Amino acid sequence: MNLTRLKGPGLFAAVAVLALVVAPLVLEPFRLGLLAKYLCFAIVALGIGLAWGQGGMLVLGQGVFFGLGGYAMGMHLKLVDAQGDLPDFMIWSGVEQLPALWKPFANPVFALAMVVLGPMLIAAVLGLLVFRQRVRGAYFAILTQALAAAFVILLVGRQGLTGGTNGLTNFFDLFGQDLAADSTQRGLYFVVAIVTGLLYLGARQLVGSRFGRLLVAIRDGEDRVRFLGYDPARVKTVVFAISAGMAGLAGALFVPVVGIISPALLGVVPSLELVVAVAVGGRFALAGAILGAVVMGYAKTSFSEQFADGWLYLQGELFILVMTLAPKGILGLAASARDALARRPRRPTAPKPPPTDDASGRRVMEEVG
Amino acid sequence: MRKTAWCSVVAVAALAATLTACGGEAPANKDAAAASGGDGDIKVGILHSLSGTMAISEVTVRDAELLAIEEINAAGGVLGKKLVPVVEDGASDWPTFAEKATKLIRQDKVATTFGGWTSASRKAMLPVFERSKALLWYPVQYEGLESSPYIFYTGATTNQQIIPGLDYLKEQGKKKIFLVGSDYVFPRTANKIIKAYAAANDMEILGEEYTPLGHTEYSTLTNKVLQAKPDAVFNTLNGDSNVAFFKQLNSAGVTAEKMPVLSVSVAEEEVKGIGVDNIAGHPVAWNYYQTTENAANEKFVAAFKAKYGADKVTSDPMEAGYNAVYLWAEAVKKAGSVEVEAVRKAAGGIALDRPEGLVTIDGESQHMYKTARIGVIQPDGLIKEVWNSGEPIKPDPYLKGYPWASGLATG
Repeated sequence: MNLTRLKGPGLFAAVAVLALVVAPLVLEPFRLGLLAKYLCFAIVALGIGLAWGQGGMLVLGQGVFFGLGGYAMGMHLKLVDAQGDLPDFMIWSGVEQLPALWKPFANPVFALAMVVLGPMLIAAVLGLLVFRQRVRGAYFAILTQALAAAFVILLVGRQGLTGGTNGLTNFFDLFGQDLAADSTQRGLYFVVAIVTGLLYLGARQLVGSRFGRLLVAIRDGEDRVRFLGYDPARVKTVVFAISAGMAGLAGALFVPVVGIISPALLGVVPSLELVVAVAVGGRFALAGAILGAVVMGYAKTSFSEQFADGWLYLQGELFILVMTLAPKGILGLAASARDALARRPRRPTAPKPPPTDDASGRRVMEEVG
Repeated sequence: MRKTAWCSVVAVAALAATLTACGGEAPANKDAAAASGGDGDIKVGILHSLSGTMAISEVTVRDAELLAIEEINAAGGVLGKKLVPVVEDGASDWPTFAEKATKLIRQDKVATTFGGWTSASRKAMLPVFERSKALLWYPVQYEGLESSPYIFYTGATTNQQIIPGLDYLKEQGKKKIFLVGSDYVFPRTANKIIKAYAAANDMEILGEEYTPLGHTEYSTLTNKVLQAKPDAVFNTLNGDSNVAFFKQLNSAGVTAEKMPVLSVSVAEEEVKGIGVDNIAGHPVAWNYYQTTENAANEKFVAAFKAKYGADKVTSDPMEAGYNAVYLWAEAVKKAGSVEVEAVRKAAGGIALDRPEGLVTIDGESQHMYKTARIGVIQPDGLIKEVWNSGEPIKPDPYLKGYPWASGLATG
């Protein structure tokens, strides 16, 4: 992955070929479905990379937006499956009439719009309220985390409306396609992979723009930016809303891919897991966020399949190992290694120590960010 | 220098890991295919939470299922083939249950799967099993209102546990009941049934309170219960919450004589965690206790202790998991094949003497005929039976045989 920065478009194309041609040919449907799941998380991670890595906003509650998108999609699918009747869980929860909140979700256009606009709107309102008050750092992080905790309690408590702890599951039909069919799942994989790629390109474009430089400037010195006459609250709100929209879209893609959305996916712990994944991949680079989510997702699956009893320890070890050996994540490490190699050209006996991490870290930020 | 070398090594390793993540599946699959193609073995899946909040309960069920597999293998296996368990961790996370179920079915190609505990995990796995037309054996009492053609339910449905529990309270002259439960599907559905039962049986429900799963602060709730002055409490709390709830009740001076708390999710294993002093004397409703007297149970308890340690207890869900393996094996023998449709067809009517007594598979609902048993927790931590239904009760997941329940569920 470190090569990305050497030959950017070339490597992006190579990864795209790997994802769109090689993976579907090599992987059997079940594994392809898992890859699609990791990519859904990668989309959320990309949003976190944008908000946290570039904007310095440590978002610990992205599960909320993931959930809003996922539930919007899940509600639509449930209503389609029910064919005018009540969704199954409402019947056993004692609900007799379709709640008003559900009614508009029967319309696919409304549901799809809500997938992205719902989270963005909520993030925008929250962002305006919070960033205007200059709430930042740990306070903002705690606030987002509390939001995730509260959201889960709300979902669990309103069983008749949300399916409670069970969440929404048992979907049959996605826009006329049979969800159980391998061909549908394969098609979904392509959709997820392409959306991930497009969002990555979009985010990269954003970061490379004037607006992106302003964002990084706010991260590194918010007060200075304010004194220069910019409005940091506005910039941060926009980016927070974009990251929320990404999480919402990821949630909506996740539902048909995995076949369930439940509060267990949106609480504090899963939200934190994604932040950890971004840290592992390398938070200063957008590619690092995606890489981290895929690596951590794959590690979780393969560790738990091979060591059903103790896989959590392995997962934890992987995190600790990466964080101690490479505080800037896998991509940061790759950059250090490359710099180190580049700085001792044709002088193998050079007594000079390798460059400091700080310098290389900044390089990552500038070049990839 | 050394540091640089280190960094490069790790970087290369990381890159390799990524590449494996993208394309390294093929070899693993080949191994799996080779193993399932091997003649003398039948693979069966075991899917419980081995990590997370549910692990403490589900690990015991896994142990009981592994014991059953071991015993069956020692007796010559099934159709002359040995059973090979493939154990996966559901991680107390419902989507993970769905993922691992898919893995067991599609990659390991298991003949059947034993697994699940919470209703949420079952609901998450149900579509996977139905669409792959694969079998799941679910070993825990649950809220009913379900009858999937690809699930066999070896725990009790509501008319084999909750309704007998209510009958018992009624017999004891308890007319005013307070409902306490964890906030998820089983307690909410159970309480719906209890309210309908109460309305038809001249009982009064004084209050209905829910706390989140894992909640441990019960002073407010205890006060509410005490102020309402019920004759008895019907408790559907799950897991750790029971520890805090019973401690609080005990310190508020509530005794089993004054106000019995009937629990449906507290078995031998949980009593250890709650502390016998806090809960001794209170009644519970199940279909099996470690003390249930018959030859099959003596053998089960002895074998379990021999394998896992003399301090281990056996409980209802463990026994139901243990039974599930035997019932499936019996159905396979009868069908002469592990093929799912043949096994389903052969399963109806199979009757085995199990530790809980006679268990018969109801072919129509794929639930079991089970004897309901009310027990009282003894000072030694075991549970003594004080009442039973006399004969196995026909499973009725939709409560069609109860006129007062007609409004509860449709189909």
